[in-house]
Amino acid sequence: MSPGSIRPISIRPAPMGTDPAILVLGIGNLLWADEGFGVRAVEAMQRDWVMSSNVQLLDGGTQGIYLVDRVRTADVLVVFDAVDYGLPPGAMKRVEGDEVPRFLGAKKMSLHQTGFQEVLALAAMLGDYPEHLLLIGVQPVELDDFGGSLRPEVKARIAPAIAMALEYLAQFGVVAQPRSDSSVDTHDLPHPSLALNAYEAGRPAPEVACRIGDERFLASLSGRAIHRGERA
Amino acid sequence: MSVVTANGFELDTAGRRLVVDPVTRIEGHLRCEVNLDENNVIRNAVSTGTMWRGLEVILRGRDPRDAWAFTERICGVCTGTHALTSVRAVEDALGIAIPENANSIRNIMQLTLQAHDHLVHFYHLHALDWVDVVSALGADPKATSALAQSISDWPKSSPGYFRDVQNRLKRFVESGQLGPFMNGYWGSPAYKLPPEANLMAVTHYLEALDFQKEIVKIHTVYGGKNPHPNWLVGGMPCAINVDGTGAVGAINMERLNLVSSIIDQTIEFIDKVYIPDLIAIASFYKDWTYGGGLSSQAVMSYGDIPDHANDMSSENLLLPRGAIINGNLNEIHEIDLRNPEEIQEFVDHSWFSYKDETRGLHPWDGVTEPNFVLGPNAVGTRTRIEALDEQAKYSWIKAPRWRGHAMEVGPLARYVIGYAKGIQEFKEPVDKVLTDLGLPLEAIFSTLGRTAARGLEASWAAHKMRYFQDKLVANIKAGDTATANVDNWDPKTWPKQARGVGTTEAPRGALGHWIVIKDGKIDNYQAVVPTTWNGSPRDPAGNIGAFEASLLNTPLAKADEPLEILRTLHSFDPCLACATHIMGPDGEELTRVKVR
Repeated sequence: MSPGSIRPISIRPAPMGTDPAILVLGIGNLLWADEGFGVRAVEAMQRDWVMSSNVQLLDGGTQGIYLVDRVRTADVLVVFDAVDYGLPPGAMKRVEGDEVPRFLGAKKMSLHQTGFQEVLALAAMLGDYPEHLLLIGVQPVELDDFGGSLRPEVKARIAPAIAMALEYLAQFGVVAQPRSDSSVDTHDLPHPSLALNAYEAGRPAPEVACRIGDERFLASLSGRAIHRGERA
Repeated sequence: MSVVTANGFELDTAGRRLVVDPVTRIEGHLRCEVNLDENNVIRNAVSTGTMWRGLEVILRGRDPRDAWAFTERICGVCTGTHALTSVRAVEDALGIAIPENANSIRNIMQLTLQAHDHLVHFYHLHALDWVDVVSALGADPKATSALAQSISDWPKSSPGYFRDVQNRLKRFVESGQLGPFMNGYWGSPAYKLPPEANLMAVTHYLEALDFQKEIVKIHTVYGGKNPHPNWLVGGMPCAINVDGTGAVGAINMERLNLVSSIIDQTIEFIDKVYIPDLIAIASFYKDWTYGGGLSSQAVMSYGDIPDHANDMSSENLLLPRGAIINGNLNEIHEIDLRNPEEIQEFVDHSWFSYKDETRGLHPWDGVTEPNFVLGPNAVGTRTRIEALDEQAKYSWIKAPRWRGHAMEVGPLARYVIGYAKGIQEFKEPVDKVLTDLGLPLEAIFSTLGRTAARGLEASWAAHKMRYFQDKLVANIKAGDTATANVDNWDPKTWPKQARGVGTTEAPRGALGHWIVIKDGKIDNYQAVVPTTWNGSPRDPAGNIGAFEASLLNTPLAKADEPLEILRTLHSFDPCLACATHIMGPDGEELTRVKVR
């Protein structure tokens, strides 16, 4: 889906001077295949859309405690992440409000070092919790592929996930226009060498860099392990 | 059943086995198994982990100038320090000299990370191993205020302030979302603080959480953003324009003043909150002398924080370099990172293959070929292991050794080396803490010593930030605004083949990146990270690693609440998360407790 094909966003201007601080945060580790979904979603959102200045997009990576302050200062928080919902691989699901921490913590698939659930709890403890919270998660297909990129099923969810975020943000008066120029501000996005295309194109060939997943046994102890299946 | 290891530790595997196990596996996790004797004293310890599987897997064939951006992503906590190590490795390979200002700015960045990481580690990842949150709810705010005022002149210390925090804490606990407090062993007899000390510490936990955001603004100024600040081979990617008024990205006087003011606040917070808390907490645990492990025998630091640019010799490094072996503090060995006989990684107990596993490989020659096999005495299946067989391969961490010795790295190692070298700025604060607590020098070789060294180093780092900030400003005022050397930016200027090594002292210890560049591209890239040193498995000679050694002979107050194990492992600030499983003697899981 190209950005232009997303249905028009309903426009409801916010009252003057009361624009809420909106943070769209992608979390996860882009070096681990579908773990990179959240970061890739904000990257694409910044590339394809122009939004009002009260909307900030941030590649949060696996930074836990560093994100607490950004979360505290947001009135509206939208999080993109790979989430183990126990759904079929590639399934997308939105969760709102108080339900969010549960999904970010119940089956932690990645050590977003200080888990993001904990980031939310720390923000709450300091008395600054976003008034509105939306999690847009995609069930990963593959995590255990170090240096790999998003699988096609997950990559295909980026545009619908962005559409879902924009639809949600419309109620806060956010107007999004498809970007017509190439003047993308990549400030809070991954370094250009890590941008999706460069990252994928530069991956070492299997002949020069081993791609055999290490059969790390430990995940099975804490829930369902996500593997590519049995390996020789 | 008792054996003595090559590095002198007695192991006995007769008793029941207890497993401390990770929840997740993406970034590198620790599992620990110990054997307990009939008195719940640890008599054997097995540390195993999953770290990333070699950086060459993602970097081979890529542009060396981009390597820092990838290495910044491999770990959720050490981002900037990996980036710095990476640009140093590339500059070393290509013979690129950086401007003096870039050196000062990099040092400020690294010291900022050091101070921030130590502070966050102490309050948010380690304090709750010593501080009982639930007990804090029953503290008398007035007595808490008196306690706080007796140890520091930090202004936030009135009875009303502590009462407010206590009420906030109560509401939080009553709401049922304990969050970071969810998995504590609250009420364990291993907790020794009175309620007032607990309330003071929990209050400062919250204050530190609020304050840490200020410290990282320095990364935003000099690295352009945070998280994931920007770095540059050849210098720093920030232009200096002191007369500028907010030009995009340029460092002007206003930003320099901002950094300066944050440095002052950082020094104040560490010296008036962190250090007094550390000493106050330690005073209740003076008899908890466990966890020394390798620290009195074999410690290593690559050294860091070069005073002047482009000189990584011992004399120029403000964080001391050296190795101590066989417990001989009178002899500090020089370290040569290029010597193939010095730093080597072994894999005979790791899930990797070498052609000859009796030998170690220097990182420039390093290979990463997975080989997941369990020993004959392992219990369980390949995907659900109940007990490992430490006689065979048992870890995803390689075993790095310095001249064959297992080494401890990190703040305690750096302080032991600084102390042994007689450097006053390391020796004096150690002596002062020991005097204040009425403890002998040997007391530093312990879990608490490790935790104390981290606090002292946070203070050291904050004061050194001031030193380099002043140096930077003076240099700029003298007319030197250069921050980058791009003479060798073009790969056409590079040799056909080059090898380099970059090192830093990360908050948790010695970090090295070894790079081989061929035809302008990365041909090999190996990182030996601090937790690889500390968490390493056994080696062909049978030496045990720092985690393993540190757990030995520690008694557990309650075997089903192994708080003491977490205390000691957390004191290393490992880049890991763990959960505990308690296994019966037959491998049956008795209880399962998730831990931070």
